[in-house]
Amino acid sequence: MYASNFNYLRAGTLAEASALLQKNPGAKVLAGGHSLIPLMKLRLASPTVVIDIGRVPELRGISLSGGALTIGALTTHAELAASAAVQDAAQALSEAAGHVGDPAVRNRGTIGGNVAHADPASDLPAVLTALGATFHITGPGGRRSVQASDFFKGMMNTAVGEHDILTTIEVPARAAGQGSAYAKFEHPASRYAVVGVAACVIVNGGTCVAASIVLCGLTSTPARAKSGEQALVGQALTRETIAAAAGKVGTDLGSDVLGDIFASAEYRAAVAPVYVRRAVEAAASRAR
Amino acid sequence: MTVRISITVNGRRFDRDVEPRQLLVHFIRDLGGFTGTKIGCDTSQCGSCTVLLDGVAMKSCTCLAVQADGSEVITIEGLAKEGQLHPLQEAFWNKHGLQCGFCTPGMIMASHELLRTNPKPTDDAIRHGLAGNLCRCTGYQNIVRAVREAATAMAK
Repeated sequence: MYASNFNYLRAGTLAEASALLQKNPGAKVLAGGHSLIPLMKLRLASPTVVIDIGRVPELRGISLSGGALTIGALTTHAELAASAAVQDAAQALSEAAGHVGDPAVRNRGTIGGNVAHADPASDLPAVLTALGATFHITGPGGRRSVQASDFFKGMMNTAVGEHDILTTIEVPARAAGQGSAYAKFEHPASRYAVVGVAACVIVNGGTCVAASIVLCGLTSTPARAKSGEQALVGQALTRETIAAAAGKVGTDLGSDVLGDIFASAEYRAAVAPVYVRRAVEAAASRAR
Repeated sequence: MTVRISITVNGRRFDRDVEPRQLLVHFIRDLGGFTGTKIGCDTSQCGSCTVLLDGVAMKSCTCLAVQADGSEVITIEGLAKEGQLHPLQEAFWNKHGLQCGFCTPGMIMASHELLRTNPKPTDDAIRHGLAGNLCRCTGYQNIVRAVREAATAMAK
């Protein structure tokens, strides 16, 4: 399948990419292409101009300093999964990145492209929400930062505006007593999440003092399981307390669960507690 | 609009004017003539179009040729050196790691990536490494055996 015709512009620097974006209304930004190109081939997106930022050096790399991981938007899933810094400072992110698509997809797909695309079945939006990430964006008005809770606005809709470029993603490094994990039931061909759950807990003296549980694959944006989180805080994390918390996610999801030909909304909602339990158990086992 | 690009495929350099919408897989097959690289699902799921781009496996149906400007591509035709089959090709032959053969070029390129990143994979790691390649003949058992044999041969 061929995309509609478009003009191709390649940016060498972030400043150049930003300038090209201001000059070309309706242009789309291309990074690894693993979200945008499939959309263009299906003609669900037909931009007249594509601005390739794939070679902009300042958008690459992972660094850990000042208690936070800073991840360049062009960092591939393979680079994330292979990073010792990510594995130590953001266990769930490392785990999820290693299960996006397949090895060839992970070699090309980028974290920035993934979250800017904001597919409801995508793994990383849920993980980054659970870990409390901050998204740094460059636009016509300069730089700004957006919290994960405000970043994902709707299905395939984020805080990244038409003239904006997502530059870096900042993830707080693991605190003392914190453990995080990502569990998913993946579609066997696409490997997108049918149900995906990111969990992050902080355990202090045997008691859970903070918990975040965020689901993907079920709703148009990452869904926070507030009742499940509240049920964990103040408890020792045992099989029983985790199972009880997992049982509450139905009330958090409400009636907005999406279904498709592969898995109905009812099925996804029924499976969700199982994956919440698995993710929280794994996170608890890693808390240190 | 056309863009002048230069891509080296299996050691041969191709300087061509292409439409930006041209996919790398079409560049490889239609301009390069290397039809060993297959187009299966065309949605980056089946892995038939897997090639090495600057030494790293990727799905050439989900990459614009213009993105690969200046790069070096290796396809299944580029694996054999001086008439000698690559150990992966030998192993797929010896272990009958193919039935109809359509998925085989992609399977071998993905196996190349697996052994590049993990030279001594367990059977589990082989299956995980080939997760992005579908064999509709379902001949997976012999594919895993072939990769295992190639890993042993390459370790020598």
